[in-house]
Amino acid sequence: MNLAYRDIRHNLGRFLLTCFGLSLLLGVVLSMIGIYRGLVEDALTLVRTPGVDVWVVESGTRGPFAESSRIPGDTREAIARLHGVSAAGSITYQSIETRHEGVKLRLYVVGYEPGRPGGPDRIIAGRALGRSHYEMLADRRTGLKPGDRVTLGRDTFTVVGLTDGQVSSGGDPVIYLTLKDSQQLQFELAPPAARREMARGAGPGTTDTVNAIVARVRPNASADTVVETVQRWKHLAAMTQAGQEIILTRSVVERARKQIGLFTAILLVVSAVIIALILYTMTMDKIREIATLKLIGAPDRTIIGLILQQALAMGVIGFGFGALLIITIKDYFPRRVVLQPEDGLALAAAVIVVCVISSGLGVRLALKVDPATALGG
Amino acid sequence: MSTAKQQAPLVSVGDVSKHFGEGSTRVDALREVSLEVYPGEVVALLGPSGSGKTTLLNVIGCITEPSSGRVSLDTELVYDGRWLRDDLRKLRLEKIGFIFQFHNLLPFLNSKDNVAVVLSLAEFDADAASRRAVELLDYLEVGHRKDAMPAKLSGGEAQRVAIARALANKPRIILADEPTAALDSQRAGIVMDLLRKVAEEQQAAVLAVTHDEKIFNRFDHIFHLRDGRLEAGHG
Repeated sequence: MNLAYRDIRHNLGRFLLTCFGLSLLLGVVLSMIGIYRGLVEDALTLVRTPGVDVWVVESGTRGPFAESSRIPGDTREAIARLHGVSAAGSITYQSIETRHEGVKLRLYVVGYEPGRPGGPDRIIAGRALGRSHYEMLADRRTGLKPGDRVTLGRDTFTVVGLTDGQVSSGGDPVIYLTLKDSQQLQFELAPPAARREMARGAGPGTTDTVNAIVARVRPNASADTVVETVQRWKHLAAMTQAGQEIILTRSVVERARKQIGLFTAILLVVSAVIIALILYTMTMDKIREIATLKLIGAPDRTIIGLILQQALAMGVIGFGFGALLIITIKDYFPRRVVLQPEDGLALAAAVIVVCVISSGLGVRLALKVDPATALGG
Repeated sequence: MSTAKQQAPLVSVGDVSKHFGEGSTRVDALREVSLEVYPGEVVALLGPSGSGKTTLLNVIGCITEPSSGRVSLDTELVYDGRWLRDDLRKLRLEKIGFIFQFHNLLPFLNSKDNVAVVLSLAEFDADAASRRAVELLDYLEVGHRKDAMPAKLSGGEAQRVAIARALANKPRIILADEPTAALDSQRAGIVMDLLRKVAEEQQAAVLAVTHDEKIFNRFDHIFHLRDGRLEAGHG
């Protein structure tokens, strides 16, 4: 006879309500893990999308994401001619804010040369950039659709295609422009500022500046060798794709990762305390029944089983509800929430361990109950 | 009665003392108490509050360890200056049935399962436990309420289910703590008749702590306790 199951069935509403409360807590824990994964995923998306092997940036920097980097636009030709490089492309990155149909849009602009490395890996609607000016590709998360017209700087751009899952490490959706358009957007001065510069005797300045050059190497060539070659030039720095990813995860999102990790750990501790309190209270409510069971001869393992099984049931149901809740609503989070099966399993295992440990308080109380408590009024 | 006393007593308490605390805080709850209860007997423990009735019931029920003396249950010496068995709960399961003032049925089990739980603890298989539980409920004329939860039972029905639970594992000793205190005189009479029936048919010894004057005439023997000492009894 399973006493834990019978007790749960008898107080089903209360038990499920308790599980629901716990599920909200575990859902928050799971979402925090998902947000962390999403943060890393977002940070790596932009780096991985071009599908390149080598990043070339300004000397002395670890750009273009961790630090700002500016290099002359014609550097691309020099990189493309290096031994082992099969293709190279210039890229610019910048954050921009605009309004569309009365709604504020915060965007991350990537400028690239169509036909060269640096563009989106796939387009889910519409077409790729076909003209050299005033066209843009927008990520689905911008809320834009093909045909929409958006003003960026002093020009108006038409959305010709949509991408999916393209966000910056800050969570802003990405739009793609041609390199020329993005350079004008980033480096061209507004007319009053340009006139002032001219009056000061400075030239109009060049806009042929990029933030990085990305390069693919031939199958039989080594990215490390290309990096070494580039680093011989004093005005440039270079790193492999793996190096760039490490910079992003260890530098750009490191503090956020620690913050979320610490918060998740605190939440787990809070969950453990709450589970322990719930189990303690549930045991307190059953003191007389436990005393009666002891008096009629129930061994300790029956009493421990009663509490432990309820603790595990609560943990499993709470986790199940929580996971279901987060899976259902994860797409409504403002930032990407990435739920990986291994994270879910790890949390489930942690919840089970927490339940077992937390039930110790209830078990201790139950084992101390004097059977004589059952006697008398 | 005489037939019963030709047999060995089911409960034998010899010179049992129990004190709590030491020095100025010492309280002597029991002072060299000796009594015997024979098969088929229904006896009462009577006395004012603090006289040691519950302590004596707890000692016989192997719940409270005496300070000195000897206790034998069903001819087995279980205490002689120390407990002689480690598994006192198993001992209770095998030899003693408990009946409580407020029935103490497990609220999450129906009547049948409240009885069957004892058999389940005694490692009966589920079908056998269920059959025996229904038999007992029928025996105590409450079989029609076998599926009812305790909250749905009347006081008398609940107490009969509690008696069925006490009898489930065929114990030879029944300890009852104020078994009729929560019942009116008619239901109290029915419960006492049931205990008498059990004592006679199963040759069990029933020892009840009671203050209930309306049932004094139902006992074979009444043990009076005062200040932890047993006074002269009368049948």
